[in-house]
Parts: sequence; structure tokens; C-alpha cells
Amino acid sequence: MERRIRVLIGKPGLDGHDRGAKYIARALRDAGMEVVYTGIRQTPDAIASAAVQEDVDFVGLSLLSGAHNHLFPEVARLLREKGGDDIVLFGGGVIPEEDIPGLKEAGFRAIFAPGTSATEVVDFINREMQDRV
Amino acid sequence: MFPRDTGLLVGKVLQGETRTLARVLSMVENGDPLSESIMHDIYDPARRSLTVGVTGPPGAGKSTLTCRLIGYWRGSGRKVGVIAVDPSSPFSGGALLGDRVRMQEHASDPGVFIRSMGSRGHLGGLAGSTRDALELLAAAGYDPVIVETVGVGQAEVEVASLADITLLVLVPGMGDEVQTMKAGIMEIGDIIVLNKADRQGIDQLESSVMASLELLPEGSHRPPVVRCSSLTGDGIEELTGEMDGLLSGILDRDSLVRRRTTLILESILREKGRHMAARVVEARFGSIERAVDLILDGKTTPYGIGVLLSEEHASKAGD
Ligand SMILES: Nc1nc2c(ncn2[C@@H]2O[C@H](COP(=O)(O)OP(=O)(O)O)[C@@H](O)[C@H]2O)c(=O)[nH]1
Ligand SMILES: [Mg+2]
Repeated sequence: MERRIRVLIGKPGLDGHDRGAKYIARALRDAGMEVVYTGIRQTPDAIASAAVQEDVDFVGLSLLSGAHNHLFPEVARLLREKGGDDIVLFGGGVIPEEDIPGLKEAGFRAIFAPGTSATEVVDFINREMQDRV
Repeated sequence: MFPRDTGLLVGKVLQGETRTLARVLSMVENGDPLSESIMHDIYDPARRSLTVGVTGPPGAGKSTLTCRLIGYWRGSGRKVGVIAVDPSSPFSGGALLGDRVRMQEHASDPGVFIRSMGSRGHLGGLAGSTRDALELLAAAGYDPVIVETVGVGQAEVEVASLADITLLVLVPGMGDEVQTMKAGIMEIGDIIVLNKADRQGIDQLESSVMASLELLPEGSHRPPVVRCSSLTGDGIEELTGEMDGLLSGILDRDSLVRRRTTLILESILREKGRHMAARVVEARFGSIERAVDLILDGKTTPYGIGVLLSEEHASKAGD
């Protein structure tokens, strides 16, 4: 059996800066993962639907516009609603320290600060996969 | 954990349950041991659902065109399935699957199911998993199911030809390539789409395509050639009209059912043949690499191994 880790990288919200998201997407590909990139300005519903159809193991969200406290938990809720509750969520972007506990509460396993090296994200994913099996 | 009960999974796929469909697609891609019996239960050569291949070089606008086609069929209330295949990196085995970016407007439509697949590079694997993915989406009630593959190489041709009809997408600037393209590749297109007709060079492209179709042997199939712009939408109506004509023409033919069955059986025979031969070599020599070592040491030749396989086969058949 040839199992590959599948990750969806999504950008909810209105900001159009996807350089960070694309950088992470490429790094994950180079680490041997299959990365589904959905593009900018996606609704939480579009992201959650895509994640279920693509049967990904992880969903990573990137957001610079400051609407994370609303949009991140919304993606988490819709994922559960669509039966994707075993999908591991992580996020990144401009997110103040004090918002992190709330997002973790909402189901996010990790929040990465701007400038996080791609290796950290790769390591996080590999650790989570090990815990799984 | 997801249930590993074949009957249950098959039932849910046939009901069009999205989460299960998505999981079964992964089982097929990963070569899960249960996947063959699932496919066995689901397979229906007489299915009404049609499949459409979209193939052509990278950047030709295949995903943009697919987005237009989804819109067209959604307009008449049909549930549309899409399988978008992108190449996997030969170095890491990973893949960046970006076709969804061009299909965003359908992303939250529950009547559209889009699945991205990496080609994963293993021999015959691409054809095998796309073949099964097409059948699964069709069984789940998507009609039509579109499969987008990149390039015009052997593997892509094999994949595209598994669909009921195939669009070959070409773009301005490809005139020289068209001239050197093998006739067989032109022939896989049931329709040749000249996309980016809003761009310069579309006339030259059309003349090169026409010239190379002229060279096809007398009596062979000459596909219609349609100009369009997937960006502006110009010409899409002509294209869908041409497709509908073709599709309604083939649907009620016994030959469609026979063609599908033959293609699938041949594809499975190729896959199994390779697999079984490799198993014999591994059992005898340990690995393909070890067999190569022995050949280089002068102990045998590739033909010697061929003889061995034939003998092995004969002794099995004699049992
Ligand atoms: N000018 C023009 N650009 C197009 C057309 N169709 C697609 N494109 C653009 O070509 C690029 C590649 O398109 P995409 O659909 O991703 O190509 P694919 O790699 O074949 O799937 C994108 O920037 C599209 O916007 C068209 O008909 N005209
Ligand atoms: Mg594409």
C-alpha cells in the first residue's frame, strides 16, 4: 500500500496575500506530501467541503486579515458537521498571542507565527501522523 | 476509525454519501486490499453516467475549461464529478494539486464533487486509480464525470482513453509541436479544442491542426475542431453543443458498453500482468535490482528471465 499524507492549504477571508500559504504548500510537497491548494478568498464552507471531498489528513489555514477568531472556528465547526472530525487543523498568519488559547479550544492543534520555518510545520505533521497509528 | 465493511461502504457510495465516497477514493489510490472487492461490487458497464477526458499540455487552460463545463452541466441540474490529476514530484513523491483554484466558483456547490490526485509515478498506477475513481464517481450518481490529465504522453493517453469521450486541448504557440505530434495522439481526441482563441496565433494553430489531420490515413476518424476561450466564455456553447451531439450519439449504443468493458479489462490485465511477473522475479531473485546484477554478471539475460516467466506460467497452467 502506498499511503501519502494529504494536506489542504486554504485561505479564508478577504486578504489576497498567499505568498506564505504557497511557501508552506511547496515545502510540504517537497517533504513528500500531497498538498491541495484551494486559492485565496475561500469561504469556510468551501474549505470544509473541499477538505472532505479530498479526504485530507490535515487542513492548514492562513490568514492575515485579522478575522481568525471568527473564520477559524467556523471552518472547524463545518468540518465536524460534514463528518470530517478526524481531520487535524492548524493555522498560521498574523495571530496575536492572546487569541491562541481560544483557537486551540476550537480544535486547532497548532498555530504558527509569521516567519515560522517550513521544517517546523513538516515536523508537526509527522508527529501528529505518528500519534495517529 | 472508518468502518472497513465492504457492504456498508458500497451501500454508502451508491447512495452518494460524500465522506464515504472520498474515503473509498483514497483506498483505491492507496491500493488498499479491500478496494478490488469494492470495485467488483460497484462496477456497472451499462451505467448511464458518461465520462469525459480533458487532456493537453500544462497551462493550456484545462482546469479553466473544466470549470466552464461544470457550469454548463450544473445549469441543467446534473451532478458533476471531477478528477483532476497533476504530476507528482519524481524527487519527493509529493505533489502540489492546484486545479481547484480555477474551479473555485463551484467549491461550495453540493452538486459538484472535485477530487485532486497526484500521479504518484508508479507503473500503471495512474491509469489504475483514475480508472477506478471514474467508476466510483459515476456509481455515486455524478453524470458526467470529467477527468483532467496533464500532458500528451503515454500514461495520459491511456488515462484519457478510458473516458467515454476525450477533449484534446491545444493552445496558440503549439503549431510546431502539433506538427511533430504522433498521429495517435491527435486521434485520441474525439474533439480537438483550440483554447485561448482570444490570443494571437489562433489562426496558425488551426492551420497546423488541420494540416496534420489531413495526414491521417484515409477512412480514419477525423475529430471536429472547435475554437473557444475558457477565459471569456466565447465558443463554449459551440463546444458543449458538439459534445452533447457526440454523447447522445454514443449513449444508446451497445458498442459503448462493450468498449468500456474491453478497456477496463485490458487495463486490469496490464496491471496484473506486470504485478505477477514482478512477483515471480522477486521470488526468484529477491528484487529487480538483484536480477539486473545477475544479468550484468553474465548469469542470465533479460530474455532468459522472459523464458523463465513463460515456463513458470506453463507449469502453473499444467497443474
Ligand atoms: N487568455 C486566455 N487565458 C486562459 C484561457 N484559458 C485559461 N487561461 C489561463 O491560462 C492559465 C492556465 O490555466 P489552467 O486552467 O490552470 O491550465 P491547465 O494547466 O491546463 O489546467 C491561467 O492563468 C488561466 O487563466 C483562455 O481561453 N484565454
Ligand atoms: Mg489544471
